[in-house]
Amino acid sequence: MSTRRQAKELLIHIFFLVVGASGIIILTLILLFLIMEGIPIFDTVSVKDFITGTMWYPTFDPPDFGILPLIAGSASVVVLSSLIAIPLGIGSAIYLAEIAHPKVRAVIKPAIELIEGLPTVVIGFFGMVVVAPFLQKWFGLDTGLNLLNASIMLAFMAVPTIASLSEDAIYSVPAHMKEGSMALGATHWETIARVILPASLTGISTAVILGIARAIGETMVVLMVAGGAAMIPESIFDPVRPMPANIAAEMGNTPFRSDHYHALFAIGLVLFVFTFIFNMIAAYLAQKHKQVGAASL
Amino acid sequence: MKKMKSAIFRMICMAAAVWLLAGTSASGSERITINGSTTVLPITQKVAEAFMKEYPHINVSISGGGSGNGIKALVDGTTDIGQSSRWIKPEEVKLAVDNGHYPVPFAIALDAIIPVVHPSNPVDNLSMDQLKAIYEGKIRNWQEVGGEDRSIVIISRDSSSGTFGVWSDVALQGGRPSPRAQLLPSNGAITQAVSSNPNAIGYIGIGYLNDSLKAISLAGIEPSYENAASGKFPVARTLWIFTDNWPKGNTLLFINFALHPEKGQKYVKESGYVPLY
Repeated sequence: MSTRRQAKELLIHIFFLVVGASGIIILTLILLFLIMEGIPIFDTVSVKDFITGTMWYPTFDPPDFGILPLIAGSASVVVLSSLIAIPLGIGSAIYLAEIAHPKVRAVIKPAIELIEGLPTVVIGFFGMVVVAPFLQKWFGLDTGLNLLNASIMLAFMAVPTIASLSEDAIYSVPAHMKEGSMALGATHWETIARVILPASLTGISTAVILGIARAIGETMVVLMVAGGAAMIPESIFDPVRPMPANIAAEMGNTPFRSDHYHALFAIGLVLFVFTFIFNMIAAYLAQKHKQVGAASL
Repeated sequence: MKKMKSAIFRMICMAAAVWLLAGTSASGSERITINGSTTVLPITQKVAEAFMKEYPHINVSISGGGSGNGIKALVDGTTDIGQSSRWIKPEEVKLAVDNGHYPVPFAIALDAIIPVVHPSNPVDNLSMDQLKAIYEGKIRNWQEVGGEDRSIVIISRDSSSGTFGVWSDVALQGGRPSPRAQLLPSNGAITQAVSSNPNAIGYIGIGYLNDSLKAISLAGIEPSYENAASGKFPVARTLWIFTDNWPKGNTLLFINFALHPEKGQKYVKESGYVPLY
């Protein structure tokens, strides 16, 4: 009887082990696939020429596989959208957690979280037909499909993540810390700036990095509004071609197992490394500044 | 409780059985699969509709994933017909033959690729040299080609699309477009971008031309169906469908239908392309 129970226990154990490990197994398989399909391009171009080359003409004879403009496109879009999204996101988090009336909070927070669920193609379409003509007229630009437009749209996507997760972090700062600060004569603003924000820094950094990580990998929005010129941007009004947009746009027409095909997978690999680094930073920050009760201050 | 559970289970089983039966009966009828270029897609869709009316027992399923995907599907043996807006590449032929498949081409229609600008742009004719210089980024202002004093925004298709391939061969004569060119993924995206930007120049298949765009004549030749069919208009291409080996059975039936001047070719014009006859 007991052996049967033990066998059952073991079966359940194995089942949950497989379920738990499936994420890692799938991730490993995807990574292996990326490497297998991406590496052959380096028979044609060296790693250095691939990363630092400034010309992306994959279908010409002879082809140029330089992805620096694509990396610059991704980086510039991410930096500019962070500059927009981080202050907005943290600002709304502080407002919601500390300043807003609970009734206001009960309405605004779900609304912000609802924005998070908007399909990205809808955001992209909005950027293309509403924001682009507006930017073009307002700044007298050659084109409204540019770095700034893409950054605004990506910031729009990242703000809900940042605001909602930061708000959770700020809200969970123990009340006695806040009360202690107030009792010592600090104003509400001083309490927010010197006590509450430092105490919730871990949660806020994680929120910021998760929000930005979403922007790096985002494809549809940048495909629709970034303009798609494979050039290193000189101003925020230049069109750019971030890596995910490039992969999405070119994969469908690429001859199977051609150099171009392998180059697109190699770009995917570069993109994977980027997001991996970001997630490592997030994990590291969360670990280093781990808040243990109220004692960590 | 246990009874109810088993009742629910029985119901699920029955639903699954019904669904499976329905599935087998549908796949019991004959099928042709077509895959490939989104440029050719509107033609094969219309032709397939008419074809299925005439041969109700044959089911034609079409998907569009780009010329490369269509040929890849043919090479893999996962489709009966691969549609492509460009000629098959040497490496694709090699891959197909290595896999034991022999792609056979059929021209299904002609397509003219025409340069378009915003309707407010006064320019209505460009020489081939001017067009080339604009796309290479050497001419940067509309004034230099007889227009207003506005900078030129170059809009192009992605360098891997079949449309781009023809454009770069004929209009750019193998030259490279300026890196400042905005690359967009579809005819629709180009229509949207050019119709909302007075500075822009782009190019689209003749079937996508509408009132929100102005077509440009090339070297004095108007982009019309007649000029495309006669070969006078310089930027025209043939649209292809490929079969694995010489077509047999239903596939042959479909190809004969598509190429018939009064049957399939009628729908070519309806979908905005230039018929073969």
